[in-house]
Amino acid sequence: MFYRESGDFKKSYAEDSQTFPLKLDRYGYYAILFVAFLVVPFVINDYWASAVLIPFLIWSIASLGLNILTGYCGQVSLGTGGFMAVGAYASYKLMTSFPELNIMIIVLLSGVITAGVGVIFGLPSLRIKGFYLAVATLAAQFFLIWLFNKVPWFYNYSASGQITSPKREMFGFEVTGPSATAEAKYLFILVLVFGLAWMARNLTRGRIGRSWMAIRDMDIAAEIIGVNPLKAKLAAFAVSSFYIGIAGALFFTVYLGAVEVGEAFGILKSFLVLFMIIIGGLGSILGSFIGAAFLVLMPVLLKNVMVGTLGWPIDLAAQTELVIIGFLIMLTLILEPHGVAQLWRFLKQKLRLWPFPH
Amino acid sequence: MRISAWITGKGIAMFEQLLFGIEAAINGLMTGVMYSLIALGFVLIFKASGVFNYAQGVMALFGALTLVGIQEGQVPFAHLINAIFGTKITNFAWEVPALAAIALTVGVMIIFAWLVERFLLRNLINQDPIILFMATIGLAYFMEGIGDLMWGSNIKTINLGLNQGINETIDAATYEWFGYGFYIDNLDITAAIIAVILVVALTVFSQYSTTGRALRAVADDHQAALSVGISLRSIWVIVWGIAGFIALVAGVMWGAKSGVQFSLALITLKALPVLMLGGFTSIPGAIIGGMIIGVGEKVFEFIVSSSWFGDALGFTMNATENWFAYVLALIFLVFRPQGLFGDKIIERV
Repeated sequence: MFYRESGDFKKSYAEDSQTFPLKLDRYGYYAILFVAFLVVPFVINDYWASAVLIPFLIWSIASLGLNILTGYCGQVSLGTGGFMAVGAYASYKLMTSFPELNIMIIVLLSGVITAGVGVIFGLPSLRIKGFYLAVATLAAQFFLIWLFNKVPWFYNYSASGQITSPKREMFGFEVTGPSATAEAKYLFILVLVFGLAWMARNLTRGRIGRSWMAIRDMDIAAEIIGVNPLKAKLAAFAVSSFYIGIAGALFFTVYLGAVEVGEAFGILKSFLVLFMIIIGGLGSILGSFIGAAFLVLMPVLLKNVMVGTLGWPIDLAAQTELVIIGFLIMLTLILEPHGVAQLWRFLKQKLRLWPFPH
Repeated sequence: MRISAWITGKGIAMFEQLLFGIEAAINGLMTGVMYSLIALGFVLIFKASGVFNYAQGVMALFGALTLVGIQEGQVPFAHLINAIFGTKITNFAWEVPALAAIALTVGVMIIFAWLVERFLLRNLINQDPIILFMATIGLAYFMEGIGDLMWGSNIKTINLGLNQGINETIDAATYEWFGYGFYIDNLDITAAIIAVILVVALTVFSQYSTTGRALRAVADDHQAALSVGISLRSIWVIVWGIAGFIALVAGVMWGAKSGVQFSLALITLKALPVLMLGGFTSIPGAIIGGMIIGVGEKVFEFIVSSSWFGDALGFTMNATENWFAYVLALIFLVFRPQGLFGDKIIERV
């Protein structure tokens, strides 16, 4: 009755091509923004920030990035952890080499550096396709982690081999370092998430996004209708790595503060992000957020239930969690290979016709 | 006659380095055979069902865990049962002899194959290959959790009476020739022999038995195989069963070498570049790819970890085994996208 176009007149081209053409969608979007920017910062506490909200936002950026590459451009990558490590180490080197530089600029520059690395590892994608590419991106994963582990220049010759994030401020509020408040960290990341999600949404519905989707659906046909596969694929790798690099930089500077590369950015992280976009929905911006929320919240919830309520030992809970995650991935793929976002699309379609479905 | 006696002065150091290099290469060859064992399972499943089975390594882990668990008479899920009901059970009061335990484990792997076909593959017919690949990653997680829940996650040792340690004959012979005894593990030799037997058996099976022919027909063309009355489902169960058996062998071999523990599941990651190099559809490719990578990574490690490279770079370059195989396969694939022996990739619109 309410969820439809009728009565919502578009008076200009700009209105006609806006992201949320339906009034209700638009209001919902504004409401979410309002809550995220103006309500959450006042009620947030340290536990919620460090256990749920900040990891959720950071993983959302990472899964947006991977979704651009895998969901929109069809190039499966298992090198996410490696690229996140590039972002983290780039931000560390920038922070220690240029102490004056603003943290926002550092994070964005780390993204740009990661984009460069991503393009280099994306070059084989012009020749290698499908599984072969997925396995080839593992080369990036293992090589990069090894590099950061072995070459002392990257961790400034520190004895432990760890990198530690120094204190940096934004508008007079500390956002990195041990004494940064939850609100400052949250808002700093939220601004980035908002900007990046907005950019992803608009990139994917524009010319470049359509060329990505053409490549994904059939690369030879795309080539015939005039899409340049070199440009499209490398652009996808660059943009995707930019996002993932920023996620890695935030993960290190704001969230963890100190990082040991093999542990923080290992192959399991690559799989984690891949699972997020599978469960959330390949080729969907909303899906990236749903997937990230799901895989961040579920372990917290399971841990609370199994260790907190039932009193099981921690290792048993961890094993059960593996079983449940694996089961859910298989279940999602069987029931809905396009992820939770597809269910949301169905629901919207139904809502449009409701209450007169015929 | 000792060859080293002919060489004097500066030549001795060079010669010694060469000997160490050769020893590294031979050991690499043995490790490569172990990689091939895992890669074999991949190739079989990929050929018959087009599924790129990431869970192969976890299957090896699961097989080895099950074998040890049955042999020692552990109660499955003891840990979980104890946590739920507050009991303290761990073991049955018996120990199963090795052969019976192996037979039981093979049975478990076959049941597992049937379950995978019934509940996973059957529901994913007609999906993109990449979706199937991701499903097997999910399967890998699931099985890893189940394996740990069933048998506990502590490191276990396999006791099948396999001969382990330095091979005295080779040591003595090489000492006789070169004045330096090569260290080659008996276990590696056993593994190499078993791998050869497996490959021969598989080849004979697929060439001369009815089931084997049906298997090859399915690998060739699913629809044509269906139309002449071959049941795809039973073929899939058979193939996953065989792959499970190979995984068990690989799991036992690796488990005897380094203990049955989680890291066993990670040998999948070692087998992937082997497959890329050899081609996903070729059994000889898996074997030769495994050997190339096994030798390559040991020799590369040996060369770059020498002091000369360390001085030039300013840091010691070691532990390159993690990525060498991948980078090698990646560079190779850029020039030959289908691998060494893979079917030529033909693209049609």
